[in-house]
Amino acid sequence: MTSQGSPSVSQPPARPLWRRALGPRLRAAGLALPLVAFVTVTFLGPMLSLLTKSFHDPEVADALPETMAALRDWDGQGTPPDAAFAAVAREFVAARTERNLGRTANRVNRVASGMRSTIMGSSREMVDAAAAAEAAGEATDGAFWRETMIAIDSRWGGPEPWRALEAAGQRFTARHYLKALDFERGPDGGYVRAPEVWRIYVPLFWRTFLVSLGVTLLCLVIGYPVAHMIANSPPKRANALLLLVLLPFWTSLLVRTTSWIVLLQNQGIVNDFLVAVGLIGDDGRIAMIYNMTGTFVAMTHVLLPFLVLPLYSVMRAIPPAYMNAAVSLGATPFQALRRVYWPQTLPGVGAGCLLTFILAIGYYITPALVGGQSGQLISNMIAYHVQTSLNWGLAAALAALLLGGVTLLYVVYDRLVGIDRIGLG
Amino acid sequence: MRSSGAVVLGVVLVAGCRLAAEPPSGSAPGGDVEERSITAVSYGGSYARACVKGYHEPFTAETGVRVHVADFMGGLAQVRAQVEAGAVHWDVVDLNVAETVNGCDEGVLELIDPAILPPGPNGELPEDDFLPEMNTECGVGTLLFSTIYAYNRDVLTGPAPTRLADFFDLERFPGRRGLRRSPEAILEMALMADGVPKERVYDVLSTPEGLERVFGKLDTIKDQVVWWDTSAQAPQLLADGEVVMTTAANGRIFNAQVLEKQPFVIVWDGQVLNRGQLAIVAGTPRLDDAIRFVRHAARAESMAGVGRYIAYSPARYSAEKLIDRHFETGTEMWPHMPTNPANMKNYLMTDWQWWADHGDEMLERFTAWLAR
Repeated sequence: MTSQGSPSVSQPPARPLWRRALGPRLRAAGLALPLVAFVTVTFLGPMLSLLTKSFHDPEVADALPETMAALRDWDGQGTPPDAAFAAVAREFVAARTERNLGRTANRVNRVASGMRSTIMGSSREMVDAAAAAEAAGEATDGAFWRETMIAIDSRWGGPEPWRALEAAGQRFTARHYLKALDFERGPDGGYVRAPEVWRIYVPLFWRTFLVSLGVTLLCLVIGYPVAHMIANSPPKRANALLLLVLLPFWTSLLVRTTSWIVLLQNQGIVNDFLVAVGLIGDDGRIAMIYNMTGTFVAMTHVLLPFLVLPLYSVMRAIPPAYMNAAVSLGATPFQALRRVYWPQTLPGVGAGCLLTFILAIGYYITPALVGGQSGQLISNMIAYHVQTSLNWGLAAALAALLLGGVTLLYVVYDRLVGIDRIGLG
Repeated sequence: MRSSGAVVLGVVLVAGCRLAAEPPSGSAPGGDVEERSITAVSYGGSYARACVKGYHEPFTAETGVRVHVADFMGGLAQVRAQVEAGAVHWDVVDLNVAETVNGCDEGVLELIDPAILPPGPNGELPEDDFLPEMNTECGVGTLLFSTIYAYNRDVLTGPAPTRLADFFDLERFPGRRGLRRSPEAILEMALMADGVPKERVYDVLSTPEGLERVFGKLDTIKDQVVWWDTSAQAPQLLADGEVVMTTAANGRIFNAQVLEKQPFVIVWDGQVLNRGQLAIVAGTPRLDDAIRFVRHAARAESMAGVGRYIAYSPARYSAEKLIDRHFETGTEMWPHMPTNPANMKNYLMTDWQWWADHGDEMLERFTAWLAR
């Protein structure tokens, strides 16, 4: 106590100082507040809430609470106790009458296909059975429903539909991630790898990765000489050249993508030209769009400025004297480029490639428009599950895997190259 | 300070979203005369035009309620999204039976009381006058349409394809094929072309081996397929010579034949018939007008109005008698109708119960197969 007491004696003058420093600092932070609020409301919040959906799926649990409670003690073998039959019957009949059983059935169907027809078909007859029993004054207890439900659909006499209900009723679940990694429910309820013909997401992740890598390399091969030329031109010409790079950058993504359709399609300008000069026959027109070629061409064009601009600003900062010195000391131009110039541009190469690659890996509009079927990437699948199948859990799991992959790459890059070596000039 | 700023911004953003989600239809604010309108959603192009001419315009003339037309590509996704988000701006949607049955089970479509169905022009009772299985709890039948395949006689100059199997025969008929990017009808056609008798198509489709067989059959033409999304694209692909043959809704090909004088030929062998219905989106604030609209569309005269613009068979027997010639060109309509006995020598009626149960799963399988 006393040892702490003595320094506190000297503290009173420190507090006003801390207070005096707080004012301007708060005001400075206040300037950033709108941005922080904007990012939180429009980006971080929605992103987190969507990512939560990838492992939190309470819909079935909320719709069938009594069934889930009755199934909690079931060991997964044979059929569940009578109480579960009674609970499921009560909740199916009630939901059917209120016309919201279809949504629950769809959710269960995602766990085990065929469950939709089992639930909808059975519940239709269960409503009638409940009404008939009530009219006859019969008791509708668990034993009654066990008999009735198995009579309506013999599948209720086995463990599969109950396991599916139980699995769909898990509030916190890894099933979306398992599905996103091409696992499916096996006959015993466990997860096994899907047969090869039905694997879709893992191959798509690979394709997305390879396409992004390819596009980044193409951009580098095309962009490096361009950036070098602009950086070493006299200011007037450099401005004009830079404008040529920036002009497409300012043009709408949609316009640029659809322009490629006009150019590359079967009856398009490039094919017409090739036919006109006799390089190919009219029946031998080349399919350059609605496939992987189209995706590569359009994405490379769209992403090129993201590589040229950081490269350009780094190259501008390299004094030409270095290259002159290397050549005057006896290096061939290639040696000088490789050993003197290239290492100095690496920060720009790193920045440009990382930027291009990360943008490419999430590309969606361009492949959707010009990719046909073979040129679709993982983002198109995420969009499909968000917009069409409305399976947001799976979409969120796919997005989370993509985000995780990009973060991993970033970390690896940081370890190998060092993020601090990235330079934008 | 910090939190209040975020709250204000949040409120502004939410208000902005509300404004953006506000339907374009509805009563005009500030005007003296309240203008009533509903939004009817269908597949666009010549079919939407037939609906506008056939019964939207007469409906507006009779009731004063304007009808906005919006296009979609079929399916329940947008309806589900609107209902779940509580922002319903579609009122009446053109769907097939399997979709209305599913939407009905999910509660995203309104129940329609069969008592609203009007009698026929000579007092025919609706229950006798509608073709079998045309109406369901949430759907009112308006027409029968058919998925067929067609070719362009100017492009395909050699021997003419006549059977469904010819569509899959790349040796005798080389060239690209147009197909709708949807499993509907294609799965049935592929199995029938593979030799499965039409009575067994849905049994086979229900087995894992059957699914492998159908996608195996589709694999044989996959690299030659140009996929299309909106019905209007099919005749366009044929006209441009991008494909030598394409599946299509029969009415689209008919319109290109009579209005644009395209040399298209429909192969009726193995046609897949389906029932088209109108349904009302659950929770629409314009429910009364939507019901009036559906009731109007269910009249025999309305169906005949559509059937005189586009070759889809009406859902009522009494409407069949009202259809004779095309409104604009005077072409006899009945030879082009999918239910004409001459065109029905080998047809399949879509099993809506099967599609209601398996539709989502098939779409998923189909999408997986496409992405491979």
